[in-house]
Amino acid sequence: MLPLMGILIVIVGFALRLNALLVVTVAGIATGMASGQSFLDVVAAFGKAFVDSRYIAIVWLALPVIGLAERSGLKERSREVISAIRAATAGRVLLVYLALRQVTSALGLVSLGGHAQMVRPLVAPMAEGAAENTHGTLPDATRDRIKAMAAGADNVGMFFGEDVFVAIGSILLIRGFLEQNGIVVEPLQLARWAIPTALVAFAVHGTRLLRLDRRIAREVSEAKATSTEPTP
Amino acid sequence: MIKLEAVYVLMGLLTGGIAVVNARDDSNPRRWRNTLFWGVYALLFFAGSYLGDLANGGLVLVMVATAASGLGQGTRESVSIADRLASAIRHRNRLFVPVLVVPVATFLGSVLLKDFTVAGQPLVDPKQVTQIALGLATVLGLCTGLAMLRPPASAPIVEARRLMDSVGWAAVLPQSLAALGAVFAMAGVGKVVSTLATTYLPLGSPIAAVAAYAVGMALFTMIMGNAFAAFPVMTAGIGLPLVVQQYGGDVVIVTAIGMLSGFCGTLMTPMAANFNIVPAALLDLKDRYGVIRAQVPTALILLAANIVIMSLFAFP
Repeated sequence: MLPLMGILIVIVGFALRLNALLVVTVAGIATGMASGQSFLDVVAAFGKAFVDSRYIAIVWLALPVIGLAERSGLKERSREVISAIRAATAGRVLLVYLALRQVTSALGLVSLGGHAQMVRPLVAPMAEGAAENTHGTLPDATRDRIKAMAAGADNVGMFFGEDVFVAIGSILLIRGFLEQNGIVVEPLQLARWAIPTALVAFAVHGTRLLRLDRRIAREVSEAKATSTEPTP
Repeated sequence: MIKLEAVYVLMGLLTGGIAVVNARDDSNPRRWRNTLFWGVYALLFFAGSYLGDLANGGLVLVMVATAASGLGQGTRESVSIADRLASAIRHRNRLFVPVLVVPVATFLGSVLLKDFTVAGQPLVDPKQVTQIALGLATVLGLCTGLAMLRPPASAPIVEARRLMDSVGWAAVLPQSLAALGAVFAMAGVGKVVSTLATTYLPLGSPIAAVAAYAVGMALFTMIMGNAFAAFPVMTAGIGLPLVVQQYGGDVVIVTAIGMLSGFCGTLMTPMAANFNIVPAALLDLKDRYGVIRAQVPTALILLAANIVIMSLFAFP
């Protein structure tokens, strides 16, 4: 049971909203030491794994070009473009992005989306801009909700699109695992059985995105009502 | 041959540049902490492959301690809103070009560079084509942006610093979580969890076993932050021996939908930092868990749907 101490530290630390980087490091050191290694061994193992996974950080290389475009008015232009489309609402903009993200991921084009590359510079400003065109200034909480739903659309679209593509990591992992257990399956069969869940994912998240528009309208009118109430 | 190491040099230049911009910015009261944090990160990119494991671990601890003591953020705006609006009117849709170059060039690069050879040698390391393509695409995007928008030479790194400091230490959280996963695997956490699951979960009928497998995948993914880490443990513990072998479930359907049940867990956990915590920071959300909150309803409905789909189709 002792190895589970790390999990407990993570759960408690995240629930208390302590600095997550500190929580994760302490959990790693505690887990390693609980399994009988010395402090220095665990620090070395942690350092090795951290350096080995530097490739995860490569996406940050997009920041200079995104920052440059933002400095030159990218967000302002995104809103301008969306305002020219009368039918655009926050929910519909995100629904279109969800569909694009899911279909391109299913074709193996996972690298076409992403939070740093697409959501921050383009998708979120367009969704916000569409909502502003209909409702005027948005309350901060509403603005945050739209941005969070934009990030969610990217995740849901990718997770439940990519598995339909045969050469993706998760399909290959399943195949490799089964092969080790003496069962041979074709990647195509596995990918085919990702389709029902993919359809449900689009229906569920798409419906929630369309309902977002009603929620925005309600929050904006509530905010207006409270701000115009006469003070006693 | 271009290897991942070349892209790490770019990352070192980026994070090193961010450290320098921070050192020169007196509008940030904690500028030296930011300088130390990003400076050490830069060192790990430049020299991480050559330093020993223990030295790397020590440097990671320095970063963690600096982050835990609190990083700051410069307050000076480089360009006013009026300037940005004027620039948006001047450049119009050309503004989208440099940003879209990045994903499009990443995709083209990952397809075309795979089989590209120079003098019989592959041009890029075939095992890491996508990562290297992404690195090259960002350089191409930046060059396009510089040529089209003609900003001052310092603008890219100053703007990158602004964005990176708004993300803060969350930027390195995905790497720390990968390291934690490695320590968990070394300590045998997976085996303990699967023993617990098979001991205490009700597994007396096909439907119960399916539900236990799907929910177990989601929960263990939430703990590990990664469905790939949960899949072998849960499938070896419940999926194969019970759902497939004891109750005769179709192995393809069970494992394919088992993995997708894990993805439902990924939507609900701060441990999947690059999907859930980093975007919250990148989008300046007040609530660090805002993205997770937005995803939980979808994830729970989908998990239930997965259990239904598996129960209906896996048992002919």
